[in-house]
Amino acid sequence: MIDIAANPYKADFPLLAGRPDIAFLDSAATAQRPAVVLDAQKRFYETMNANPLRGLYSLSVEATDAIAQVRAQIATLIGATDERGRAQANEIVFTRNTSESLNLVAKAFAPTVLCPGDEVAITIMEHHSDLIPWQQACRAAGATLVYLYPTKTGELTDEEIAAKIGPKTKIVAATQVSNVLGCRLPVEKLGRAVHASGGYLVVDAAQSVPHMPVDVRELGADFLAFSAHKALGPMGVGVLWGRPELLDRSEPFLTGGEMIDSVTEQSAVWAPVPEKFEAGTQDAAGIFATGAALTYLTEQVGYDAVQAREQELVHYAMGRMVELPYIDILGSIYADRHHGVISFNVRGIHPHDVASILDMAGVCIRAGHHCAQPLLAWIGCENLACCRASLAFYNDASDVDRFIDGLTTVWSTFNG
Amino acid sequence: MANIYSSTTFMEHNAHPDYKYEMDAPTHTHDGINPSCGDELTLQLRVEDGVIEEASFTGHGCAISQASADIMAELITGETVEEARRLSALFLAMIRGEELSEDDYEDLDEAAQLKDISHMPARVKCAELAWRTLDSILEAQ
Repeated sequence: MIDIAANPYKADFPLLAGRPDIAFLDSAATAQRPAVVLDAQKRFYETMNANPLRGLYSLSVEATDAIAQVRAQIATLIGATDERGRAQANEIVFTRNTSESLNLVAKAFAPTVLCPGDEVAITIMEHHSDLIPWQQACRAAGATLVYLYPTKTGELTDEEIAAKIGPKTKIVAATQVSNVLGCRLPVEKLGRAVHASGGYLVVDAAQSVPHMPVDVRELGADFLAFSAHKALGPMGVGVLWGRPELLDRSEPFLTGGEMIDSVTEQSAVWAPVPEKFEAGTQDAAGIFATGAALTYLTEQVGYDAVQAREQELVHYAMGRMVELPYIDILGSIYADRHHGVISFNVRGIHPHDVASILDMAGVCIRAGHHCAQPLLAWIGCENLACCRASLAFYNDASDVDRFIDGLTTVWSTFNG
Repeated sequence: MANIYSSTTFMEHNAHPDYKYEMDAPTHTHDGINPSCGDELTLQLRVEDGVIEEASFTGHGCAISQASADIMAELITGETVEEARRLSALFLAMIRGEELSEDDYEDLDEAAQLKDISHMPARVKCAELAWRTLDSILEAQ
């Protein structure tokens, strides 16, 4: 039994420790950062700052090594290893965020496989960052964008998968965890379906890596993307993992410094992967701090504790929300199908009014379209908007209590 | 920070908007949207001899956009186009944080109660929606 009344983590997070007046329930938008991450960022600039890759002096080499270590750490974390368990660091490309990672796949890889008449299949639950790049890629290639629709509680049925993924499907792109419904999608099944006809699976892991172990081989992914900032790391660092032969055959996404082997007046030879996709100076301090964030998340706290605690918090929050008859929860009625995310509406009250009134009580939630307008339109959310409370292991029962008290205030404000 | 939602005037305009209806014979109709909130509003005016004889709105959105539209419609009804333009400029300045003179607050009447929204940057656009839509109509006059 997890004691969610106690909070052994809050003290690790300077913002949370320094702001006892707020309940932060918006971790699906961006996580808070523990002191070890902020310290790492500072330590990089204070002790190893130099432009990585370029310099021949030892300080620059140190910076380069620091990045290489994080690359290997991430490869190990997501199962990008060879048969002897050795990290395949060269399969890890650093970007700015998940959006950039997915754009890279859609702009640099997709043109190598998409022909007119082909199909790209995505789910209606995709974040705009895993949706608009595919609209663009399809438009450029003369391909068709096909949507998989879940049941109202967020489940993708085998029938739907069989109906939408077939011989014409060259790419399936899907989020592993929905940022609105909080449900986990059966990406393994999507992978098997698209691989059966020789296509490729792209996984948006932005909402899964912060909460659960992710293994690219187990998922059957061909590409996988996530952001550091949702996983306790700094803003501005994203990760793309790709199967090496697919990264090899892709053209560069951005061109310029540090991504070439040689340049003449009229042509250039690309550097090998991953440098080929890392034009310009990387956020080396951010990458170094990302390593610290993932170490804290997976070793100091550990995914077992993260999952157990978040599950208990979601269970507690949903249990209290269903006691309020004017709250409608989106997605499954079962707490264990919400991976930290609870979207809801307060009957008859606009989500932005809900968020503003909660804000006055120090409760931070997100309200709006959550970068998933097609999903909210499909669900039939009025105003294309809903409220979302998202929990992380560093929350506790008192955060939920304040949230629930805030909801009763929201209701009484409008209903006397 | 004062709580706009505790203003009975504000909550009353949101719950019972007298000016929310479709007009029979408008001389002007204009749509306004606020993409961040998903607020959508259609403002209708009947302007005769330079005077706004009737103002109404339809649409949907958050309480702030709805109450603000209703308060505005009430305020500008019976005013000249010129005066409505002045009131709108006053309101938009107030909502962006500018201190107005006592006389100007008085002229804005109930709309002056929305002043506190200037401390809610995320919601300023909601409060502005009806007024910006009004400006679009009046600019063309």
